[in-house]
Amino acid sequence: MTKHYLLPDISKPGKIGCSLPELDVPPSELPPENLLRKELELPEVSEGELVRYFIALSQMNYGVDTGFYPLGSCTMKYNPKWHEDLPKFPGFASTHPLQPEDTAQGALQLMFEMQEYLAEITGMDAVSVIPMAGAHGELASQLMIKAYHHKRGDKDRRKILLTDSSHGTNPATASMCRFEIGMVSSDSEGNVDMKSLNTVMDDSVAALTLTLPTTLGLFDPHITEISELVHKRGGLLLGDGANLNSLIGYAKFGDLGFDCIMVNLHKTFSTPHGGGGPGSGPVCARQKLVEFLPAPLVASEDGRYRLVAPAKSIGVIGGFYGNFGVLVKAYAYIRSLGAEGLKQVAQDAVINANYIKEKLKAHYYLPYDRTCMHEVVFSHKRQAAKGVNAMDIAKRLLDYGLHPPTVHFPLVVDGALMMEPTETESKATLDEFIQAMIDIAREVETNPDILHSAPYNTPVRRLDSARAARQPDLRWQIGETKTEK
Amino acid sequence: MSSPYLPNTDADRRAMLREIGVASVDELFRDIPEKLRYTQFNLPAPLSELELKRELRKLAESSANLEDYACFLGAGSYRHFVPSVVDHIIGRSEFYTAYTPYQAEVSQGTLQPVYEYQSLVCQLTGMEVSNAGMYDGSTAAAEAAVMACIVSKRNKVAVLNTVNPTYREVIGTYVEGRDLAVETIGPDASLSRDYACLIVQQPNFFGCLEKIEKYVQKAHDVGALFISIFDPISLGMFRPPGDYEADIAVAEGQPLGIPLCFGGPYLGVFACRKEYVRYIPGRLVGKTVDVEGRPGYVMTMVTREQYIRREKAISNICTSEALMALAAAVYLAAVGKRGLRHVAELCYHKAHYAARAISELKGYSLVFEEPFFKEFVISCPQAPFKISEVLLHEKIIGGLDISHVIDNGMLFCVTEMNTKQEIDRLVEVLSAS
Amino acid sequence: MSPKEYKYTREHEWFGPEPENTGKTGLTKYAENQLGDIVFLDLPAPGTQVQQFEKMGEIESVKAVTDLFAPASGKVVEINTKAVDSPNLVNEDPYGAGWLVKLELSKPSELDALMSSDAYDKYVESLSQESSQ
Repeated sequence: MTKHYLLPDISKPGKIGCSLPELDVPPSELPPENLLRKELELPEVSEGELVRYFIALSQMNYGVDTGFYPLGSCTMKYNPKWHEDLPKFPGFASTHPLQPEDTAQGALQLMFEMQEYLAEITGMDAVSVIPMAGAHGELASQLMIKAYHHKRGDKDRRKILLTDSSHGTNPATASMCRFEIGMVSSDSEGNVDMKSLNTVMDDSVAALTLTLPTTLGLFDPHITEISELVHKRGGLLLGDGANLNSLIGYAKFGDLGFDCIMVNLHKTFSTPHGGGGPGSGPVCARQKLVEFLPAPLVASEDGRYRLVAPAKSIGVIGGFYGNFGVLVKAYAYIRSLGAEGLKQVAQDAVINANYIKEKLKAHYYLPYDRTCMHEVVFSHKRQAAKGVNAMDIAKRLLDYGLHPPTVHFPLVVDGALMMEPTETESKATLDEFIQAMIDIAREVETNPDILHSAPYNTPVRRLDSARAARQPDLRWQIGETKTEK
Repeated sequence: MSSPYLPNTDADRRAMLREIGVASVDELFRDIPEKLRYTQFNLPAPLSELELKRELRKLAESSANLEDYACFLGAGSYRHFVPSVVDHIIGRSEFYTAYTPYQAEVSQGTLQPVYEYQSLVCQLTGMEVSNAGMYDGSTAAAEAAVMACIVSKRNKVAVLNTVNPTYREVIGTYVEGRDLAVETIGPDASLSRDYACLIVQQPNFFGCLEKIEKYVQKAHDVGALFISIFDPISLGMFRPPGDYEADIAVAEGQPLGIPLCFGGPYLGVFACRKEYVRYIPGRLVGKTVDVEGRPGYVMTMVTREQYIRREKAISNICTSEALMALAAAVYLAAVGKRGLRHVAELCYHKAHYAARAISELKGYSLVFEEPFFKEFVISCPQAPFKISEVLLHEKIIGGLDISHVIDNGMLFCVTEMNTKQEIDRLVEVLSAS
Repeated sequence: MSPKEYKYTREHEWFGPEPENTGKTGLTKYAENQLGDIVFLDLPAPGTQVQQFEKMGEIESVKAVTDLFAPASGKVVEINTKAVDSPNLVNEDPYGAGWLVKLELSKPSELDALMSSDAYDKYVESLSQESSQ
């Protein structure tokens, strides 16, 4: 193991990591002393040392390019490498968002076409590409729904309904919009319990938020009934499109009854996840909500592209027009695959997940033994009887050189193991993962203790999260030595 | 259809379908109502990498780019020098193909740089704690406003009228979305005890340095939080928010090693006092040890976040701009203490050289007397849009037209990227027009 | 299993009566176990009036947050500052050194609504059976 160090440990006065030009104009008088800072303490390192430091860190990191990364509902698919070249074209990289529109037609055209493609793919009438992540798109959607009901003169719809398998961003977004939350339970098949929905769906409800397929990886076959019930009682159907990878090319959210849905370009459309962003979460709306979309949209008039504000827009939700550098890559992805290719993506994603489901169900408890879509959720139930939980299983998988699935989510399954292989994994990789999971299941039977202290083969071993939370150490300060064993 | 991104062959598919126990893949889509399946998708026919790259290159070339044009435009997005080392490091796919570091043991490459970023932001701003970043400066300001309301248990937000107008709109969307109130105030307005915070941009939208102590006092006198929207490059020279007792400091981090890219992806910088740490939105990375006593990093205080606190979370933010935060960390480490000061001074002196030269032209005058950093407002002899047209013709992108707030006003920006020749040529073209 | 001299709520708080209508409250072993490593205590300030079964604070662990409910109505007279500084005390000794809040009861008869230790132990057992289905 290499010695741990931080930037201050390699910093020395006088070093610098890049070269800068000298001043080429006569200097002006400096501002008054009281406006200036007395000292600036940043590290000073040479470029080579900087590069070695970050390369060493990169080698401790596991990404999709390292290996299998089956995080549920994250869609960790392979990122085409040539896409990385695209945002570097000067006509994309070196354009200022406020330069005159006539000088930015290329960029505006790409945004316009993305709006069109996403509308086509989701079966919606208009799209805003501004939201910079799924949660941002969700915020926009809920604000739009609030505006829609207010315009109708209905100020009493103060509730958003969620299912018990919803992602944490769904209720958090509701709070950001001052909506109350109502819960709809799932039935034993993992579908929306229609009796439960019937009870809670009333005129205090603004919308039902549904992830489809659900975070259990299941497609609710009653979607049309759900949509009819919600709409009949004056509510809207809002979608979390995180799981679009299973439906793309097969079904359109608009047809399924959704009024508004956000999609994740960094999931379904293969833009890189970046270690936690940048992402992009466009919001797609049916006609009745189009006027409320965040501003601006790109419109096409006489072959020119213009930024326009929807009539009753919820307003501006970001500094500019969203993550353009991410849009470019998603655009290339859609144009590389076309409708047929995207459909193949969904097919392969669904085949891969069902294959894993069939091969592992003898070894791990499968709470919903039915056809899954692009992801499958197991439970740690059998292993829990031996004192081993989903987290332990995940940690042991790291010793096999594989990234674990999402664990302990969704909460509606006890000790969930949520696996999404995606279509970019070969059968050989899946077989390797399956074998590792089977080997671990065997270890649980014969030697469960080995899992409690796993992992053993990683750059660092299990970390003390309690200590990190009890004694928060969130930064270094220049002057402190940090070199440890 | 075959694709380089679909590694399974038809033989593989058949083998897997057999194991699954279905005759065809369509059976796996049975749960979708039959009438709504196999929809027609009207998308362009697919193209190869070679063909598509050619097409996209042509599309890019149809826009004016700032490698061919001189740029004097700022207003929230800035042309600054990006050392190549930044792109090389963020171009490592071990960094960019990872996601949320749920499994810290194999994600130290994601986590440790965040700790560095958090530290560098604190060093830069003089604030006690920073988060891992947010979407951009405007949403960071908006989330700061909401956090101030939650912390102070008050419902009103005050924003000074010299704050970037787009930021004021975004703050409005977030604050009013929560049924809280936001008010734009003038420099002499007084605050009452029902204000949660006062938000001031420093330097302000017009490039000028505000008398910041006056506003900090105004806020603190009524027990409100003071939120500063700063320019990260300006902190190479000017007093940082921690020094003037800001409670929360936010910024657009794009100037720190991130290209213009038509508006995104950018980076929201967010830092505050240690006493508010339990209310910070977004991710926090903390240092700890593993079972062998080796230092390591984990996401910490995660109970603040949406996946645990759900409806009680301060914010719904999940994915942010992690790769851009990495870029900012590399940038700050590369320029270092002396480099950042030098970049700030280059901006300062070049902007002042330009401002003086332009204001000496007949019909042009510098609107504000206050000290300024890299942006300044000029009152022009004719409508700014006409001047822009003339400049464009000479392959110069002029300042922002702000004539709706300042008569014939144009907001110019000069950075270390503008050479003396470029500035002289700008002045020449303006004088000839 | 759980201390006989205490009384218990359905939300897994215990109450230990002390002279002059006061008493301490804290989390039960079951709660502490479910939460995992406790990292932060958000307790009501001394002097605060609380109502039986209403939220009076929050307990945070590494992976979860739970509300702390008042076992009976009254006034907060003291909080366990040692536990606030070292929340691990709640995990290590939930019934003793890990106590949370000392109350002065306004309606001592409210204690009748709480469970005895036998009843609580049975309750916890039924919960464990439910979750293993």
